[in-house]
Amino acid sequence: MKLITAIIRPEKLEDVKVALFAAEVEGLTIQQVSGHGGEKAVVESYRGHPLLYEFHDKVRLDIAVSEPFVQVTVKAIADAARTGQVGDGKIFVQQLDHVVRIRTGESDVEALTPVTVAGKT
Amino acid sequence: MDHKKRLITILFLLGLLATSWALLAADPSGANTGGIANVPSKVAGKPTLEEIGAAVGQTRVSLNFVWTLSAAFLIWFMQAGFALAETGFTRAKNAAHTMMLNMMAFGLGVIAFWACGFAFQMGGSGSAMGSAVSAPEGMSKLLGPTIGGNVWGLVGGTGFFLSGVSYDVAAFAIFLFQMVFMDTALTIPTGALSERWKLSAFTVYTLVGGAVIYPIFANWAWGGGWLSTLGKYAHLGHGYVDFAGSGVIHLTGGVMSVTGLIVLGPRIGKYAKGVAQAIPGHNLPMAFLGCFILAFGWFGFNAGSTLAGTDLRISVVAVNTMLASGAGACLSYFVTWWKFKRPDPSMSINGLLAGLVAITAPCAFVTAPAAVLIGSIAGVLVVWAALFVENKLKLDDPVGAVAVHGFNGVWGVIALGLFADGTYGGGFNGGPEAGVTGLFYGDAGQLAAQLIGLGSNLVWVGATSFALFKVIDLAIGMRVTAEQELQGLDYSEVSAPAYSGDRPSISTPVFVTRPPAPAPAPAAATLKPAPAGGK
Repeated sequence: MKLITAIIRPEKLEDVKVALFAAEVEGLTIQQVSGHGGEKAVVESYRGHPLLYEFHDKVRLDIAVSEPFVQVTVKAIADAARTGQVGDGKIFVQQLDHVVRIRTGESDVEALTPVTVAGKT
Repeated sequence: MDHKKRLITILFLLGLLATSWALLAADPSGANTGGIANVPSKVAGKPTLEEIGAAVGQTRVSLNFVWTLSAAFLIWFMQAGFALAETGFTRAKNAAHTMMLNMMAFGLGVIAFWACGFAFQMGGSGSAMGSAVSAPEGMSKLLGPTIGGNVWGLVGGTGFFLSGVSYDVAAFAIFLFQMVFMDTALTIPTGALSERWKLSAFTVYTLVGGAVIYPIFANWAWGGGWLSTLGKYAHLGHGYVDFAGSGVIHLTGGVMSVTGLIVLGPRIGKYAKGVAQAIPGHNLPMAFLGCFILAFGWFGFNAGSTLAGTDLRISVVAVNTMLASGAGACLSYFVTWWKFKRPDPSMSINGLLAGLVAITAPCAFVTAPAAVLIGSIAGVLVVWAALFVENKLKLDDPVGAVAVHGFNGVWGVIALGLFADGTYGGGFNGGPEAGVTGLFYGDAGQLAAQLIGLGSNLVWVGATSFALFKVIDLAIGMRVTAEQELQGLDYSEVSAPAYSGDRPSISTPVFVTRPPAPAPAPAAATLKPAPAGGK
């Protein structure tokens, strides 16, 4: 099991989501974050004084997957989030020791296997 | 079939209704409403000349009352404009506090003005009711030294608490109009001093400002005081002329802002090693809305200052006001575009307001091209002044009040002395029969009177407000603590924040005293009120 954390451009979230769902990766958590990478600071002006925006808006995704899904997930994110410009983001893959599904108490790979909700259209 | 029948019946009935409305209509065009039958007379429809004269006179005065009061209502709405503009230019953590300053500048100010401010200002200006609304004849106790047989008024002495001789319809109309002007002057410093001003200090300032500082200068200019009689007694044009208050209101507010800023000091973080930093306001659309509301209210401010709807110069006043504000907005828009590569929204707002402040004194006396020129100069001046105040004077004015109201108040008073074209204002302030005439149209005396007015405003308002702020600072302190300032004044000076939802959801408000339990009554009786949390 791996925990995949991706930092992407906010405007690429829709593309990444579509790619992940197409790859049958449907469990994810997202957050709005700010970060500093290789990009230049954005300079604005307020009443004649410069205003430096050094941190850029990003979206962070956290996805826990079982081994067969690791490469699929990484590829889906990397392909969908790429623009080729500085600031596309990063993907971090870490070892995951233990997972528990709170509702059922299932653990590890069982907990990561998606459950289709009855009657879901 | 059934449906069709029903529809036809309904349409028929509607048609019948519409035609009957037209047939039974009384006077839909309005051509026959109002006429000789409406003139009060002993013999209906046949008034005598005296009765017609009385009706015409009362109608003129009624029109002037309605005009003056409606204008005052518009000006009162400007307080909403000030509140929104100032709060938009400041940070979210101080929003409720800044709004509170604006509201209580009215609440406290009106009580102070009612108690004695109005008497000091207008208590010596009483005269017979003429074409414009004026204080009643009984309110004519003007106090001041007598030099060369003429009384040089310094302060009025009747009309306290709107009672006695001032319990009079004209006095009340004048009170309302002058009160909203006073409120405008008082609320200007609330923007400049926002985000670190203690409410207790502000409270004392508002009471003294509304009772003494503002009314005394307003007496000199508008209450029959010595500045207004410079023309009558010293032959300087028409004396100090300030149609709607570039000096009386805006310069007064600007000067009080400067002295307050000197005593109060900059916000924490404004200057890093002496270099001014940007502290962006939290809501520019709010500031824009405030600007629009101010511009709307300004029609009451300027055109209302004729105090007479029968004075048709009101169209010239209103158009000049609009032209100058547009020119001010244009110039600040283009100047900041050129200077900072892109137009600055908050400076453009300041530019529109600067045009309005500058045209406020000369609005009734200048041509349309002059109004555009005055507004244009204001739009450039305000950008330069805002940077000068922050970078050179090191005064931290979050909203640009000193640049907008102070510098452009000065410019407006001078502009009248330069551009007044002599077509209007004959007999103004008891001066010459010719209209008010500026330097460029041949009367240097008018400019001299304007400069004397400026100087006396700087001396009187500057000295008294500086003394007031110093005394407040020594007695109770002007400024909140550094901790309170960093946390936001919404969390210490007022009892609730403006935006309770803007903190993370884990710190949403919780019940300190628990709501009554739904369980049986005896259990509820044992509930002890929880101790007040936090501080």
